[in-house]
Order: sequence, then C-alpha cells, then structure tokens
Amino acid sequence: MVATFPLGLILLFPALGLIFNLFLGRRVGRAAVNTVGSGVIGAAFVVGVIAFVQLLSMPAGEALSSTLWPWIEAGSFKIDVALRFDALTAVMVLVVSGVGTLIHIYSTGYMAEDEDYARFFTYMNLFVLSMLTLVLADNVLLMFVGWEGVGLCSYLLISFWYTNSQFAYNGRKAFIVNRIGDAGFVLGMLTIVWALSSRGVWTLNFVELHRNIGLIAPATATLIGVLLFIGATGKSAQIPLYVWLPDAMVGPTPVSALIHAATMVTAGVYMIARLHFLYEVTPEAMELVAMVGGVTCFFAATIAITQPDIKRVLAYSTISQLGYMFVAVGVGAFSAGIFHLMTHAFFKALLFLCAGSVIHGMSGEQDMNKMGGLAKKMPITCVTMWIATLAITAIPPFAGFFSKDLILSDAYTSGHWFVDLLGLVTAGLTGLYMFRLMFMTFHGISRVDEKAAHHVHESPRAMTIPLMVLAVLSVVGGWVGLPDGIAWGNAFARFLTPAVGIFKPSFGASELMLSAESVSTTLIGVAIAYIFYLRSPGLATVMAWRVKALYQLLLEKYYIDQIYDVLVSRPLFFIAQYVLFRGIDHYTIDGVVDGAGLTVEAGGETVRRVETGNVQHYALVYLLGAVAIAAFYLYRVLR
Amino acid sequence: MAPPSYFMGLSAILFCIGVAGVLLRRNIIIIFMSIELMLNAVNLAFVALSRAWGSVDGQAIVFFVMTVAAAEAAVGLGIILSIYRNRETVNADEINLMRW
Repeated sequence: MVATFPLGLILLFPALGLIFNLFLGRRVGRAAVNTVGSGVIGAAFVVGVIAFVQLLSMPAGEALSSTLWPWIEAGSFKIDVALRFDALTAVMVLVVSGVGTLIHIYSTGYMAEDEDYARFFTYMNLFVLSMLTLVLADNVLLMFVGWEGVGLCSYLLISFWYTNSQFAYNGRKAFIVNRIGDAGFVLGMLTIVWALSSRGVWTLNFVELHRNIGLIAPATATLIGVLLFIGATGKSAQIPLYVWLPDAMVGPTPVSALIHAATMVTAGVYMIARLHFLYEVTPEAMELVAMVGGVTCFFAATIAITQPDIKRVLAYSTISQLGYMFVAVGVGAFSAGIFHLMTHAFFKALLFLCAGSVIHGMSGEQDMNKMGGLAKKMPITCVTMWIATLAITAIPPFAGFFSKDLILSDAYTSGHWFVDLLGLVTAGLTGLYMFRLMFMTFHGISRVDEKAAHHVHESPRAMTIPLMVLAVLSVVGGWVGLPDGIAWGNAFARFLTPAVGIFKPSFGASELMLSAESVSTTLIGVAIAYIFYLRSPGLATVMAWRVKALYQLLLEKYYIDQIYDVLVSRPLFFIAQYVLFRGIDHYTIDGVVDGAGLTVEAGGETVRRVETGNVQHYALVYLLGAVAIAAFYLYRVLR
Repeated sequence: MAPPSYFMGLSAILFCIGVAGVLLRRNIIIIFMSIELMLNAVNLAFVALSRAWGSVDGQAIVFFVMTVAAAEAAVGLGIILSIYRNRETVNADEINLMRW
C-alpha cells in the first residue's frame, strides 16, 4: 500500500532557489540571495516534515510515493523519475534539509564579505537538491543522478575560490577520486541489470529489487555488493579512496560542513542501508564493508591526532566517524549506522560551523598552533563546540554516545570482535584528538599573533544561532535511540525497521558493560589530551620528539598521498603522456590521418608527371590503349 | 580485279603512316594532314570491303566520314589558325596549355 504525496515539492524548492540564484542572483543583491537561498532549503525541510508527519500516521512499512514522469522505456525495461518516501528516506530528508537550512543561514553570515555570494548559494542549492534527489529516488538510476550531482557540487564548491590554483587542484582531486568510485557504482548497477535480466526481470526500482533479490546468485550478489561499495568508498571517503576529503577543506567552511555532515559523504552509508536486502544475502561483501569501515575508522583517527590544521583534524574525524557507520552497516546493524549518520550530521555540522566561526574570528587563520585561549573572546562558539565535542567523543548523555555505543555493541554481539576492538580504540583516539583540538583552540595560553589578537571577535548572530540550534540537537538528538529497556527504548530503530530490517545479534551481551568499556577508553584519551595539551603543553612536543619517526609518519598522513602519487598518479601521467598522447594519439592516430594525406599528395606528385600537356603524348597513350584492346580481342578470337 | 587483301594492306600502310605522322611530326599542320590520311585509309578499307561483299553500307559510311571530315577540317584549321595568331607557332611541342 502506497500513498501519494507531492514529494516533488521537496525537490522543487531547491530547484527554484537554484534557478533564481543562478540567473537573477547577481542582480537582486545580497539580501534577496540570502533569503531565497536559505528559504528554499527551509521550505524543502517544511515539506519534508509534513511528509514525515503523514508517514507517521500510516501503518508501519508503508511509504509515500510520487511518480514525476516516465524516464526511460526500452522494451520491458522501464524507469520513471519517481520518488519514494519511507522511514529511511524520511530520516535522510529531514537531516539533509534541516541541517542544510542551518548551514545556509550560517553561510549568510560567513560569506558576508565574499563578492561571489550568488554563485555560492547557487552551488549550495544545487548541492542540497542533488542530495535530496539521491535520498528520494525510488530506483538506483535516479539515485545515481543525485550521486553524480553531489560529486559535481563538491568539485564546484571545493574549488570555489578557484583563483588559488592549489584550491582548484584539490577540487579536481575530489572529482577524479570520486569518479573512480563512481565507476564501481556504475559497474555494480549494470551488474544488477545484467543479473536480473537474464532471469527475465528488468528493473532498478528498489522495491522491485527487494522482491526479486532471490533471483541473483550469491556470487553475483557479492560482486554487486563489492562494486557498489567501491562507489561508497569514493563518496564516503573510506580506504582507499578517502584522500580527497582532507583536501576538500580548502572550500569555504560552510561547504565543509555541508559535505561532511548533511550531504555527500553520507551517501555511501545511505546507499548500503537502502540496498540492505542485497548486502544481507552476501556475507562476504558485508565482511568487507565492516572491515574497511573498522580499519578506516582507526586509521583516520590516528592521523587526526597530529594534524595542526583545525579543519583537517575535523576532516579526518569525519573519515573516522564514517568508518563507524560502515562498521554498523557492515555488521548488519543498518539502523544503527543511519542513527550515527544522523547524530553525526548534527555534531559534525556543529563542529565545522564552530571551526568556521573560529576561522572567521581569526581572520582566516586555521593553524591551531596560532590559537589558544579563545574561550573568553568567543564564548558562544566555545560552549557550542564543547557540546559538539562531548557528542562526538560519545560522553553520555550527548547524542554521539547513543549511536556510537549502539554500533560498538552491535559489532561485538554480531561476533566482529576485531572490528569492535578497532572501534573501541578509536573511541579513545577520538577523545584524544577532539580534546586536543579544544584545548589547543580555546584554552591554555594564547599563541595568537599580536595583530590578529586585536581582531578576534565573536561571530554575528546569523552564525551563532545555527550553532545554538545544532548544539541543542547534538544534546538531544541521540535520545530517540535510547538503549532498549530505558524509557521509550530505541524508537529510532523501531521506526527504521520496516525500511532497513532489524539487527540480529549472534549472542547477547550486557549493554552496560559495553558502554562502560567505550566510555572508559574515551576518558583515557581525554585524560591524555588533558595532560599533554592543557596541564603541561610542552610535553606533547617532547613526546613528538621522542617518537619522531611515528610522529612524522602520522603528521605526513602515513605518506599515503605520496604513495598514491608514485603508484597511481605518476604512472597514469606517464601513460597518458608517453603512451596515450605520444604513442597512440600523436604517432598512431595522427600518423594514420597525416599518412593518408601524405600518401595522396605523394601519389599525386608522382603521377602528375604523366600530364605533360603535349597532345602527341596523349595520342601515343591512346594508340597503345587501342593496340592493347585490339590485341586482347585478337587473342581471344585466335585462341 | 585485285583481291581485297591488297586494298586492306594498302589501307593499313596508309593508316600506319598517318599514325606515325601524328605521333612523330611537330608541325600541327602536318599532324592534321596525317589525321586526314588515317581517315582516308579507313575510307579505302570501307570501299574495298563494300565491293568485296557486294553491299553499299560501306560506301554509305564513307560519305558520312567525308562530310564529317570536311567539317572537322574546317574547325581544326580554324583552331590552328587561332593558335598561330596567339602564340606565333605551329609547333606541337610548344603548345602545352593542357599541362598541369
């Protein structure tokens, strides 16, 4: 049973904002662009809320749907531009448009001095539009449209300040790395069509796929799962395709917040949750997802510890937190993954916006070594960022605690002890790097330049209000998913169950014990951060010097960029330059084309000598021809 | 009455002289005369064979050839005259307007 609802409205508003800002933005002035740019996302959020309320009033398992127009029809293969709004989509739409709205409002303050505000809001609107398309799509192909859309927007926004060639380079890097993942996604999608069409089913519609998943052989399902996961590693910044995300930090900070919190990077997690029925039939692919998630989670957290750039720490923390989400979906706890996705959206958006507020106040400074003691100058930013920090480090009762705890306990009870261990250690590392960030930025002695110190100021109202709203969400956001048995229990998981199925633990375990474990590891990390960065700040430098090799390894991010450069980029450039360009294009293709011309020219040059212009030569040839013909017939007659 | 092969032989000899004249001589007037010689060699063959086979077809064709040859002579001489007026020469080697 499916009810209709004008879901197209959710997409229409951002689309209108996009068109308005694109064509009129430069003419109507800043105030109108700010209002329209943020307003349309807010409107999408309101429609989303109405749809959500209607969904709640319907029996569990039903969904709103709306077919906009038929798209592709080829024989029995038929794809519509159709939207579907079930519990999973509801969560995503509300998070994307809700957090998106706050980020847009914040941007009106952050971009107040930028000349290119119209272009900025055009891209932002397109970004949200793409992400909403991605989560509302009722088939894989339309989802892919949104998938590509967010990739494009990330490129446009990362290289927003395109006059800086390094920024433009980072934008291209994001785009190309994503393209590698997208190739996996496309192959996965085609494999689905191939596998099902051989059994007579032509569809990419999620509901239809779910119904026919039994027709796909397990081995093929594994292949599809792995290929789609490659797409997810690109979009959601997992090993090995995470390298674009830290470099994405050069974009304006609201963009980082939008990419990292509400949109884009969550796409991979969402995709796996959306196709949970596919992953459920292939334990091998699930195992891979969980393992990659766990390793990424730990790996990124270790890098985050040493980074001096406030935004880079947050970038690696995003990669790490996404690792948690992949652990969740990898062990089959899809609702836990989406839960963490939601709470992460709140506190990570808040962290980025706070970092943006700090950078704004510091006139563009991002190096934490040049901060310190900012708490007094920026009280609102400091308090809200502390809330976000407590949320991400999973201190109860902040939002992150419930989701991260659920993931760790689900990983443990599903028997993935190694992944669980990685997650636990990472919880400690999270405490370390987040508290380090806070101590270095807001507390201790000030290392701010004399000149910059003069300007340090709290951000305007447009920026602090979204911070406060997100701070509230970072506190209460986790309360929808309390551990079972307390108050309303895990209402969030119950709400999502019809859409993503239910988690089946292999064995029971004391939730309290597991929580105590993760909280205590976190506290150890916090304690280390306190000793090293607040009580005796010199100690960190001494330690770094003691284990210089390790410190250098982490500071240089395991030299992954350099390794990729040598192993991937350079060979590719070499092949492009010497094999493809010189060898194939220049010598082979150009050679054939030029050769054809040269052959004709040389041939003409040779045979033109026949044309002497002397009538008698022509007559001679004519005679010879006549003799030859006569001889031929004579020969035939005489023979 | 001489057998037709005599006439044919004479015709072939005259034709070859004509061909040689066309190919080897440089003066356009001579080349032109050689062409006439070739035409008339053919006429001789026609007439001889016409008589040998007791048919008038060959003689009829000869009349056509003679009329066409007369017209061609008029046009050809006109061309030669105009070439001479333009280039002050009737040497075929020096007339190479058709060269590339």
